[in-house]
Amino acid sequence: MTWVGRSSWAVAALLLAASAAQAGGDPVRGQALYESRCIACHSLDANRTGPMHRGVYGRKAGSVARFGYSPAVKASAIVWDATTLDRWLTDPQKLIPGQRMNFRVALPEDRADIIAYLKQTSGK
Amino acid sequence: MSSSPLVVPTGFVTRRRAFLQSAGAATLSAAAVALIAGCESQAQGMGKGTDTMADVNILNTALGLEHEAINAYQLGAESGLLQKPVLDTAVLFQSQHKEHRDALVATIKKLGGTPVAEKSKSDYAKALNAGSLKSQADVLHLAQRLERGAANAYIGVIPSFHDPALAQVSARLAADETMHWTALTSALAEALPQKALAFGA
Repeated sequence: MTWVGRSSWAVAALLLAASAAQAGGDPVRGQALYESRCIACHSLDANRTGPMHRGVYGRKAGSVARFGYSPAVKASAIVWDATTLDRWLTDPQKLIPGQRMNFRVALPEDRADIIAYLKQTSGK
Repeated sequence: MSSSPLVVPTGFVTRRRAFLQSAGAATLSAAAVALIAGCESQAQGMGKGTDTMADVNILNTALGLEHEAINAYQLGAESGLLQKPVLDTAVLFQSQHKEHRDALVATIKKLGGTPVAEKSKSDYAKALNAGSLKSQADVLHLAQRLERGAANAYIGVIPSFHDPALAQVSARLAADETMHWTALTSALAEALPQKALAFGA
């Protein structure tokens, strides 16, 4: 495959991932994934190892009261939406260097579904 | 710290023995030794580099999980809702989480980090909604959810480690949590997953 061919595939893959984030996932499946993957550190309504998630969609990063964020997340100007959450769940360290979550969700459809659930529980 | 005796093999490396002695070696568990041994490459000459501190952050997140797990089992044991032999199993699993905790604390310190502190038991009780637990099944379901979550968390952070030895340790921790989940699922007389690859991404 030529360099142009490889780069075209790479661009296509990036666009596919971005579109998955924007397309709107399945919040029902997202809830199941949340309760399987995220529940070790997070709850909707309580700060635990991670901050609570109710209302996260549309919220500024690092803004939940009484949670001990890393300085990096606390200082971030990111507002959580489908795109930023997708990038966060893909590679948290790449989005906000110095963060402490480090947990990745590898599959675009899994991320889309989790984000759809978080959006629903945020009343959006 | 774990009270398991440390068995030192013949021909143990002098610098490792010196470190263990200075760290109160008599009380380090085999798990802690294994974790620390996996960090030799990071600890030697790397100081507090970016990659090392990134790994320390992951370990501290794991330590937070272990603190919560230890307290969750404590709350369960103190609830009066668990009957033998389930109570004995819960105490066993708690002891294993304490081993995880001790190993993580030792490793974080060796890498130059500060272990995250345990919260109060009442904080955990509130966060885990312990007041809603009314039966043995409720307690077991809470533990089951936390163990599955922990297994998936340990699997999910593996790609983020810079030190492959720590990534392997994360896999081993995930294996322990999966073992706990399986035993709890059996105690609840629930079915195991029908499809493979039920854990992790």
